[in-house]
Amino acid sequence: MADWVEPAPARGRTSFMNDPKVRSIVLQVVALVLVVILGWMFIDNARENLAAQKIATGFGFLENTAGFGISQTLIGYSETSSYGRAFLVGILNTLLVAVIGIFFATVIGFLVGIGRLSKNFVIRLISTCYVELLRNLPPLFQILFWYLAVLSAMPNPRQSISIFGEAFISNRGIVIPRPLFGEGTGLVLLTFGFAVLATVLVNAWARQRREETGRGFPMLWIGLGLIVGLPLVAMIATGFPITFEKPELKGFNFVGGMRVIPEFVALTVGLSTYTAAFIAENVRAGITSVSHGQTEAAHSLGLRSGLTMRLVVIPQALRVIIPPLTSQYLNLTKNSSLAVAIGYPDLVAVFAGTTLNQTGQAIEIIAITMGVYLVISIITSVIMNAYNKRVALVER
Amino acid sequence: MSLTFDDGTFIRTEMQTPLPPPRRNVGAIGWMRENLFSSITNSVLTLLGLALVVWIVPPLIRFLLVDAVWTGSNREACLGPEVGACWPFIKAKFAQLIYGFYPAGERWRVDLVFFLGVVLLVPLLVLSWPHKRLNSFLFFVAYPILAFILLTGGNIDASNFLFGHFGLIRAVAGDAGVAGVRLGFWLDFLLTAALCVAVAYAIGRLAAGSGRGAARMTAYAFAGLGLLTLLWDIDFGLERVETRQWGGLLVTLVIAVTGIVTSMPLGIALALGRRSQMPIVRLLCVIFIEFWRGVPLITVLFFATYMLPLFLPVGVNPDGLLRALVGVALFTAAYIAEVVRGGLQAIPKGQYEGAMAMGLTWSQMMRLIILPQALTLVIPSIVNSFISLFKDTTLVLIVSIFDFLGQLRAAFTDPNWATPVTLYTGFAFAGIVYFIFCFGMSRYSLFVERRLNTSHRH
Repeated sequence: MADWVEPAPARGRTSFMNDPKVRSIVLQVVALVLVVILGWMFIDNARENLAAQKIATGFGFLENTAGFGISQTLIGYSETSSYGRAFLVGILNTLLVAVIGIFFATVIGFLVGIGRLSKNFVIRLISTCYVELLRNLPPLFQILFWYLAVLSAMPNPRQSISIFGEAFISNRGIVIPRPLFGEGTGLVLLTFGFAVLATVLVNAWARQRREETGRGFPMLWIGLGLIVGLPLVAMIATGFPITFEKPELKGFNFVGGMRVIPEFVALTVGLSTYTAAFIAENVRAGITSVSHGQTEAAHSLGLRSGLTMRLVVIPQALRVIIPPLTSQYLNLTKNSSLAVAIGYPDLVAVFAGTTLNQTGQAIEIIAITMGVYLVISIITSVIMNAYNKRVALVER
Repeated sequence: MSLTFDDGTFIRTEMQTPLPPPRRNVGAIGWMRENLFSSITNSVLTLLGLALVVWIVPPLIRFLLVDAVWTGSNREACLGPEVGACWPFIKAKFAQLIYGFYPAGERWRVDLVFFLGVVLLVPLLVLSWPHKRLNSFLFFVAYPILAFILLTGGNIDASNFLFGHFGLIRAVAGDAGVAGVRLGFWLDFLLTAALCVAVAYAIGRLAAGSGRGAARMTAYAFAGLGLLTLLWDIDFGLERVETRQWGGLLVTLVIAVTGIVTSMPLGIALALGRRSQMPIVRLLCVIFIEFWRGVPLITVLFFATYMLPLFLPVGVNPDGLLRALVGVALFTAAYIAEVVRGGLQAIPKGQYEGAMAMGLTWSQMMRLIILPQALTLVIPSIVNSFISLFKDTTLVLIVSIFDFLGQLRAAFTDPNWATPVTLYTGFAFAGIVYFIFCFGMSRYSLFVERRLNTSHRH
């Protein structure tokens, strides 16, 4: 190192250019310019292509008549309705599958997740097999399996499988009793709402009292009594306004009742069992993340194991479970687009499928479809981030 | 044994051998009492669980093995009241499930690609195998190029590069003829390369004071691209096989492997961009990543199939499989980017500071210090991304590309094999294949995780 000569200090221009600030600005400008050029090229090409193929542009098509039927509609829709209406029907169908799928996935997922930690060997084995099998098969495979191999193989309506004579499973889907709302329904619903509100309030009070005095409160029974009992009293008082119309077999099909199309059943079952396998793993990870010392401490304070689970372990486990649970919910919602493979009329099937085929306006339609999913993702993550902030560990 | 005194008392001098534990508490019975029947609820659960097992497992075994039909040439063999799985159906459709409609005489090419893939992949997966650098180069760079030539037949008539689209070259190269087109292409290529190198030099000089580095990088990139095109343009005498004829497991694997190989560099770049100090670069990367992660893969495939061609110059209409591959690569890159970002964040700040204190430039720091550690940390997550990518390849059947599941679905419609058990046989076979792939990969990822984690265990 003796003959190392200090380089001459850089002169004006070079030192200015070596300034990291200048460099980063130049780099960012270059990046931005490249993106803008790319975007401009895309737009330019798209304009030329659309002109060449004589495809209309703009969102005017949403008001044109759709002219196709949809097999499941939650709001009024007919073939003379507009594409915009079909879009709404699609969104609602997607949301319906998502909400019901999320409910069942959560229930199954928690049961299986707890089952994987069970001391019972048989339960543990079954839970492990469930998780490993369902997690390692493609969701589309599972949905096709439920649709083609299970539901299509059900007997025809005349030989349908009866569930206590109330609901019937056949190859045309499931028929369940349809609720009919008569005079006085409003009062019953009002009572129900009141009961729920009361339960929430009593729960808050019981919780506060427990934290102050340590005295417990049979919240489960009181809550159940409120939620079931009050509306029941109201029903009796108003003379049972809510009745159920039973489906009846007439000729070759069922009359009356509410028909759930087989596509919906296959999709819901497929998605919820698949997602449940992932949720089970999240639940298991969450519960094992609570250190065993917590359980031991709770036991030594004299809490029974049920209470230990409810008051000590689960609140801490939820903190770990919630974030991945959210992304599983989002995955389920996004996977509901697999509907298009079995013909359930969700957003993608109705809009990006049929509507795109009829109008050819690929850019608008795919942008709208992607936009809907993006909005759902963003809303969910905003809500969940807020919740997460509330339950997150406050570190000192 | 013991000391006995006159008054009858005695002192024991040796420990008495302990009695054996009650037979109910040890051995099989004890285990069952503790694990299966420790309480009433537990016993009920055990019985319910056993009932479930008995309800599912024996019929399944009966269907798959005992009652199964093993030989036959058409549906006649599998008709009957008490027939299990119809394996001759799978045997008859096996080639279709693996190769799709790849010409029978050319299937050795697919076999060769599969074989080479296994030969290169196995030493890569065995962590203690030496020559990882060479091996990764062979698998991630040389193998895809070779596989492309083998599968498509190479000899892609390269005609236009950049200027060709503006009709500039045709004037120089004269009228067509294969040699003329080829000459025109290379003239075009060299011209574009020279232009780009010059631009890179100018920008580099402006931004960093010396344009030599940027110019050299650009020149390398073009040299690589040129070499690639040259290789793909050589006529090896292989028959050309359109991707429309591909199908089955071949397409499944092509999409999965291409997806992961192309999304890795893109994902790493995006992850670095997202961690960058430059706000505009960071914003662009965040938008890109969150956009692709927020939409379902099906809409991405619809985008790639119907929307992407509209964004390309008039007349350019890429092949259906290529379009799907672009969609899958963009989608996977966003997920890989998040995985890599996790790895980057797990590297302690001291590593960055140490590298900077050594006087390394940003690219040296990333290349030599940070990325090797970060990528090793996230190998299990990358394998997990690969598993979900592998499962997601089934979605291409919605945009009319017949992967393994798509071919299976097509096989169901064959009237020669229309029996009540065909459907179940097909699903059982496909289920077993998918399960073996995914389960194997997930075990591997667990194994790597355990190997890498040994030092961090508390």
